[in-house]
Amino acid sequence: MQTREEMLRKIRLNKPERTSLPANIRFDSQYEDTESKFVETLTAIYTEVVIVKNWEELAVKAGELYEGVVNKATTIPELNNWADFSLNVADPHELEMIEILILKAEFGVAENGAVWISDNYLPHRVLPFITQNLALAIPRSAIVNNMHDAYERLTDTTGWGCFIAGPSKTADIEQSLVVGAHGARSMVIFLVEEA
Amino acid sequence: MSKTIMEHSEASEVFNRDEPYVDWHDETLWFVRQKRDKSSKLLPEWEELRETASQIKNYVLSELDELLVQFEQKAKENGVHVHWAANAAEHNEIVLNLLKQHGITAMVKSKSMLTEECHMNEFLSKNGIDVIDTDLGERIVQLRKEPPSHIVLPAIHLKKKDIGDLFHEHLGTEAGATDPQYLAEAARQHLRDKFMTRRAALTGVNFAVADTGAFVVATNEGNADMGAHLADIHIASMGFEKIIPKQEHLGVFLRLLARSATGQPVTAYNSHFKKPREGQEMHIIIVDNGRTTQLGRADFRNSLKCIRCGACMNTCPVYRRSGGHSYHNAVAGPIGSILAPNLDMTKYADLPFASTLCGSCSNVCPVKIDIHDQLYKWRQVLAKGGHVPQTKGIGIRAMSMVLSQPRFYQWSGRLGRSVMRTVPFMVNNSLNPWYKQRDMPEPPKESFRDWYVRNRKE
Ligand code: SF4
Repeated sequence: MQTREEMLRKIRLNKPERTSLPANIRFDSQYEDTESKFVETLTAIYTEVVIVKNWEELAVKAGELYEGVVNKATTIPELNNWADFSLNVADPHELEMIEILILKAEFGVAENGAVWISDNYLPHRVLPFITQNLALAIPRSAIVNNMHDAYERLTDTTGWGCFIAGPSKTADIEQSLVVGAHGARSMVIFLVEEA
Repeated sequence: MSKTIMEHSEASEVFNRDEPYVDWHDETLWFVRQKRDKSSKLLPEWEELRETASQIKNYVLSELDELLVQFEQKAKENGVHVHWAANAAEHNEIVLNLLKQHGITAMVKSKSMLTEECHMNEFLSKNGIDVIDTDLGERIVQLRKEPPSHIVLPAIHLKKKDIGDLFHEHLGTEAGATDPQYLAEAARQHLRDKFMTRRAALTGVNFAVADTGAFVVATNEGNADMGAHLADIHIASMGFEKIIPKQEHLGVFLRLLARSATGQPVTAYNSHFKKPREGQEMHIIIVDNGRTTQLGRADFRNSLKCIRCGACMNTCPVYRRSGGHSYHNAVAGPIGSILAPNLDMTKYADLPFASTLCGSCSNVCPVKIDIHDQLYKWRQVLAKGGHVPQTKGIGIRAMSMVLSQPRFYQWSGRLGRSVMRTVPFMVNNSLNPWYKQRDMPEPPKESFRDWYVRNRKE
């Protein structure tokens, strides 16, 4: 408590004259087509975009894309038959076995390919990170232009959320890009028309 | 002349013994700088974004106390424990006590320059705690028992052969293996095992949001999230200047951060932590460690606006040709050279001289810190305070090694000319020993070398 008071006292003593916040903190991005920009950005960050009509078609596509893979999990009820790994575990460490995970997420951002996912969509926070491969499904209409639009849209009041842009990566070894550092080794974004 | 004062120049001398290596280091960093340029040019509003970010940060400095109190209140409402630490020792004690309370002796850590600044790993390991750095670059330098040489690219000074040898010794990879894919995979598996078995995780904080009590952690590897979401206790350490007023301000900062750092449009993971997950404990440690003092230095307080993107290092001709370790401080490069003397003027008196004052750092800084002006002002402060007994000598000797490389002249010559044409007052000052020693001529528009190269091509 003493430290807190002392720090605040010194700050009050030493801080500069009050300035005001800038009046405008948002800028518009003009893209000819938001969805194509989103797809283009994602392609550049090693992410495949697959457009499907509905959840049933997503299930078919998932079957094709991840044929022969075991330990498949999902939070999407329509994909329950496709999955063979239950997310109903008490200890998140047990999720380590997951090979491919398809999750519903909220919306995407065209300028950087990020997709917002949060506690609202997840039984366990570690899911998008612990899985070997990840796919996120968002409504095809849920793409905003840039991060200003994203925060305007974000009314999420859950305890945790994340903008995820592409698979996990590192360039720490001589600046050579390696995809699949600690998190997902591959990433697919499904745009679902009738979601 | 005292030994400490010569440290940057001595270290540069060693660094410069291997010319092909220095050239490689220089070019690697310059390549990152070029990626930043390309990425920023794709946004027509780039300059306005920088100005906006700068103004938000100015406001933050002027309202720091209120914002911190607001953040603390919100975080507490969210079920997060908030601690305050006046200095490195207090910070480290808080971490140790939290671990002791839970009977934890091993912890994973994602990138946090603050814990480097506090020398936390050393302290914890002396107290029986095993800390594993999980960022690949940080793990590499940790295994080599050396500090990161760059705030964003911790192992940028190493070649893949060094890393191959290191992993052969510690992780059992094949002798002579240098394929980055193979080496990164070995590290992934080695660190997965740590994530699965550690009950405590410490992360840094990129932004703390006053109006929601949330804090944002950005990584490309996903290591902060892997650690935090599996651990029983998550500790987040932040310098108090990380605070921003509102969630929507993240829009401005997240657009600038990764583009300035590596040229990516955004980092792969931008995690917003607000409440602990069920059964988990979440702690935030708000650290001063000299920041209140820096806040009181009108000429240098702007350095607290820094968002740690590393752009000023990537662009700095001296950093590129002397390496991060030559700065003997947790944060290297131009910004480190402003932050360090605040902590210890004697020990870090050499750092503000490790610069040509070319101004390239200020030009790329996403929050518009007047970096090179501050370096110049530090020289005056240090000289007045008697920390620099032989002004001329130090400046010249500190720089001579770096500058004596022929390739350096090609860069600095080009930079120097544009600087002199646009801001002559900066170069023409008595504390620039560079200027004092030579009669600065009217800068020619084109150097002989440029002319020669151009004519040979034609
Ligand atoms: S001083 Fe500016 S350019 Fe340098 S690391 Fe900080 S924010 Fe980036």
